[in-house]
Amino acid sequence: MAAATEQIQTNSKLRFFESRTLRRFVRHRLAITGLVMIVGIGILCVVGPWLLPHDMLDINIRDRFSPPLTDTFIMGTDEMGRDLAARLFMAGRVSLMVGIAAMILSTLIGTVIGLVAGYFGKVTGTVLMRLTDSFLCFPQIFLLLTLAAFLEPNAFMITLIIAVTSWMEVARIVSAEIRSLRERDFITAARISGASHRWIMFRELLPNTIGPIIVAATLTIAKAILLEAYVSFLGYGIQPPMPSWGNMLNNAQQFLDTAPWLAIIPGIAITAAVTSFNFIGDGLRDALDARSDAQ
Amino acid sequence: MTKVLTVEDLTISFGTGDSELTVVHKVNFTLEAGKTLALVGESGSGKSVTSLGIMRLLSPSQSRVQGKIVLHSDEDIDLLSLSESRMRRLRGDRIAMIFQEPLTSLNPVYTIGDQIIEAIRSHRRMSKRNARQRAIELIDQVGIPDAEHRLGTYPHELSGGMRQRIMIAIALALEPDILIADEPTTALDVTVQAQILELLNRLQEETGMAMLFITHDFGVVADIADRTIVMYAGEMVEEGSTETVLERPLMPYTSGLMRAVPKLETAGLKEGDLESIEGFVPHPDNRPTGCSFHPRCTHALAGTCDVPPVPIEDAGDGHLVRCKRWKTLQEAAE
Repeated sequence: MAAATEQIQTNSKLRFFESRTLRRFVRHRLAITGLVMIVGIGILCVVGPWLLPHDMLDINIRDRFSPPLTDTFIMGTDEMGRDLAARLFMAGRVSLMVGIAAMILSTLIGTVIGLVAGYFGKVTGTVLMRLTDSFLCFPQIFLLLTLAAFLEPNAFMITLIIAVTSWMEVARIVSAEIRSLRERDFITAARISGASHRWIMFRELLPNTIGPIIVAATLTIAKAILLEAYVSFLGYGIQPPMPSWGNMLNNAQQFLDTAPWLAIIPGIAITAAVTSFNFIGDGLRDALDARSDAQ
Repeated sequence: MTKVLTVEDLTISFGTGDSELTVVHKVNFTLEAGKTLALVGESGSGKSVTSLGIMRLLSPSQSRVQGKIVLHSDEDIDLLSLSESRMRRLRGDRIAMIFQEPLTSLNPVYTIGDQIIEAIRSHRRMSKRNARQRAIELIDQVGIPDAEHRLGTYPHELSGGMRQRIMIAIALALEPDILIADEPTTALDVTVQAQILELLNRLQEETGMAMLFITHDFGVVADIADRTIVMYAGEMVEEGSTETVLERPLMPYTSGLMRAVPKLETAGLKEGDLESIEGFVPHPDNRPTGCSFHPRCTHALAGTCDVPPVPIEDAGDGHLVRCKRWKTLQEAAE
């Protein structure tokens, strides 16, 4: 008996997703393209380095600047004769990890600040949102570079400073969303049934803002990958010999006329990853917006 | 007759200093177990604020609640001097509330089963399985068929009447002493309205809870209330058993309100035949001197009605009225 009800409950939850959000997402061609690309890039980055015959650190002086498709070097080699494919995939691990970790961290910070600011409003809300605004006043790149110049440049630090400089958007989205939600009757109903502030914030309000948060988070990954590339390109980010898409570009710029693939290939990787995440974000935005169902 | 709640000289004001506005002025009543008290009045007469005041849900930085609200539980508890955390434990447990908009009163992201179960488990230590069993009982009790399957539905899959039934189920989950119903049927169809009232009457008989029923509709009052208080501009203007108030209203405002209810007999009559009370409830910062109703009252007498104070008087049998001319008017009517 209990199992039967359990079944019905899961069915109903499934039905909810099947009928609305998921179907709208699947219908979104660009989003699905993006998703397929990201999954592809992800698999290549995880599995690729094991399948390739060369280690990313192997130096083959004789094979320097081999163009793509020479021998076993499918993407060619760099100025020290290291296999570009192996480096690209390893770099992808680093760049994607930094992107995703920075997204998680900045979304957490942004969500909590937005939630508290939106729910309490008044002095607390004003102080927190003006703090958010003041962070937005600084051009993000300079803030990032300044911090990067002072701190030890490694993957962890880069993740941290990207997160610290990109939580503001999520905070604003969440606080705006919460401010409208907290006036709704089910919040009054929750207070009437004796719910605490924490309960209302995290159990009643937060699940209602999950849609916009997911969308913002997806777009934040794209932004974080770009930021990491930017900082590493300028030499303040991930330090060689550990590769990242950004510092591969940094090395490549001096050989742009003689070995253009050194810049083009990581460039394509960054573009592909960033656009894919943006497509997924757009798809999610449309899918989670119930209004598009009415059409 | 067991008293469950005593409200004494409840005065609620908003703002501070010079801009302080008194919205509810010296309201007194008691709630008895198994009985229903109706608070009747137009929009702006302070009836909803009264209920929020009892629940202590008005922001303390913006409002001031004075007087005494005593809950007669195992011991007498003065709600106004209770700490916020103890008050929170009482809300939903000893005093529950349902209100006007069943369409938006349920959280859209949880199933109704989850919401009922959470309501129980937030106040009682109970296993999920037992809480679930109780939820099924409750859904059954509020007259929704196929209770077990309903647990997994989301609010948007239910009609307005169904959602109000679920709200009632949540409110009754912990067998409260008091149910405050703030216009629970206003947003519903007339037929559904009748069903909900019937349901509330039946549940009251089953559980013996006291009900504070807030409405502007005398039709509803006649169906549900044992005693009735008519409020105007934040003051009680008439109180009595529902029968006396409905059959022998002493305050011109009460009779005016009753004549303004559309009835079947008035159907087909020309426009203007349905009576309305001219004007609006006065804004709290612009209260007329003397009887606050006198500018809209057809029986108002200059020199009498606009001179304070206007005390509330006993017209016999606990029928209270705040009108200086009720005796004259009653004699004229007879």
